[in-house]
Amino acid sequence: MKILVCISKAPDTTSRIAFTEGDTQFDKNGVQFIVNPYDEWYALVRALELKEAQGGSVTTITVGEADCDPVIRKALAIGADDAVRIDANPTDALQVASLIADHAGDGGYDLVLCGKETIDHNGSVVGGMLAELMNASFVSLATSLEVEGGVVKATREAAGGLESVEASMPAVVSAAKGMAEQRIPNMRGIMAARTKPLNVVPAGDALQGATVAKFELPPAKGECKMISADQPEELVRLLREEAKIL
Amino acid sequence: MKCLAYLPTQDGQATKAGLEAVSYAKKCGADVVALALGPLNADGGAGSAGASKVLHVAHDLQDEAQIARAVSEAAKAEGASMVVAPHNYVGRAVAPRVAVRLGAGMVPGVTGVLEGSTVQRNVFSGKAMAHVSLNSEVKVITTTPNAFGVELGGAEAAVESFDPEVGEASLKVTGFKASSSDGSVPLPEAVRVVSAGRGLKGPEHWGIVEELATTLEATTACSRPVSDMGWRPHHEHVGQTGITIRPDLYIAAGISGAIQHLAGVNQSKVIVAINTDPEAPFFKAADYGIVGDAFEVLPKLTEAVKNLG
Ligand SMILES: Cc1cc2nc3c(=O)[nH]c(=O)nc-3n(C[C@H](O)[C@H](O)[C@H](O)COP(=O)(O)OP(=O)(O)OC[C@H]3O[C@@H](n4cnc5c(N)ncnc54)[C@H](O)[C@@H]3O)c2cc1C
Repeated sequence: MKILVCISKAPDTTSRIAFTEGDTQFDKNGVQFIVNPYDEWYALVRALELKEAQGGSVTTITVGEADCDPVIRKALAIGADDAVRIDANPTDALQVASLIADHAGDGGYDLVLCGKETIDHNGSVVGGMLAELMNASFVSLATSLEVEGGVVKATREAAGGLESVEASMPAVVSAAKGMAEQRIPNMRGIMAARTKPLNVVPAGDALQGATVAKFELPPAKGECKMISADQPEELVRLLREEAKIL
Repeated sequence: MKCLAYLPTQDGQATKAGLEAVSYAKKCGADVVALALGPLNADGGAGSAGASKVLHVAHDLQDEAQIARAVSEAAKAEGASMVVAPHNYVGRAVAPRVAVRLGAGMVPGVTGVLEGSTVQRNVFSGKAMAHVSLNSEVKVITTTPNAFGVELGGAEAAVESFDPEVGEASLKVTGFKASSSDGSVPLPEAVRVVSAGRGLKGPEHWGIVEELATTLEATTACSRPVSDMGWRPHHEHVGQTGITIRPDLYIAAGISGAIQHLAGVNQSKVIVAINTDPEAPFFKAADYGIVGDAFEVLPKLTEAVKNLG
């Protein structure tokens, strides 16, 4: 089975969020980048487990510039066989999906995995677009994933519970919590990753849908009003009369 | 401006998230046509939320690829320049496909109305907002659950049957397992949430959390370590790597308020933190705080809410 895993870089979860160039660009100054957790912990690890059980290969794909290479190497250290980086600055989901679809189209992939969303843009859009562009089935927000007899069997988050679904291949699956357990790369993996292929390909023409015109920081939060532990009725009163939510 | 709104239904009635999408489009100044699939009672409530017409597809569809074909065909038939769907489970799978089919730009999970070609959404897990421009002819937008109220009061909408070409299904649903037997509202749509963390010390102590939640008609949630240790199910995990929620009221007991936790809950309208440690970071993000032992405060709070009548 040939598996493609979409890997994106994201600012570390503790990063200070600030903007530059008239609030149009994320300020990368001093920011540590990590593999987007949903891509790493769930999509990549499940892909590796499927390969270990059934044979095949795991390739990662990233739309990004050279500053993505460290996180791609991390994915290789965790166990991917090789990596592709499409050399473009990702600015829009449609752009990213169209670049990946163009590249993956002739790759003969049975399965394309991505994280359910990135922790910077939180869009949850690329997977669905990719499925439509590749004429593939799509399982969104999957919490478990098996492949049996050429059919994808998965559970996914649904209103009020979990749905079991079956989807035809090729399939795009977006990975949510529960699909796999995080793997920490070991020394051998890290050494091996240095020499695994990371193929940088130029970006072709991409579709473009939306662009961020401006970022803004939310207004500062007001003071927290403290209430004594023996006066919960005072809290209830405030929630009703001041906050007006009870 | 004409808008096609995808309206998920349950038992013949529009879901709250679906009505929010219709109401949102109306607020953007659009003439709203809703698309509903499967059993439908009259207009399913779409007219009241602002739709002028409902296109009704008689058979229900499970595969979002097929739903996307139906939505796209309806948008084309109506000459819609805007397509709206809720940013919930099904909307997340439908809307991106529709955007591709219509060659449209898409903005997911918006938090403000479309003004000209620009619309606002939260990014960096709620730590910032982005104003996003859509320059395509058709614009696809999904609405964050509980970010917009539903304005009711419109007249009943005309229902027209619609029979789109949806092709073969590539996905089928083979089973469903409810996550809670108590019928509480799913977390992403919950208006009130009671959440607890490692400060509760063990799964056997969750009774006091559930009792407050029941009294408040709230949904329960938890911090990541609590779900990682198996004290609570995964679907209750909120935060940057769990579910992002936006309730009117979020009560956090025995949760320290780590930045990754706050990222998933900081868009709540009102936050209450209960913690034994006066220095707990949660108090910096909360509107109301109680320094105290959750084991004592939670039951007292439940009593106080009950006394409110
Ligand atoms: C990449 C990454 C992603 C993460 N994603 C998430 C995420 O999505 N969601 C998430 O929640 N975390 C996430 N975390 C973990 C996060 O950093 C914290 O470790 C976690 O939120 C702490 O959970 P907690 O507050 O329940 O536990 P603790 O930090 O152990 O805090 C327990 C709190 O309970 C208080 N307490 C103790 N006893 C009592 C009592 N009797 N009554 C009242 N209060 C009491 C203590 O004072 C303390 O403040 C992530 C971490 C990383 C590195």
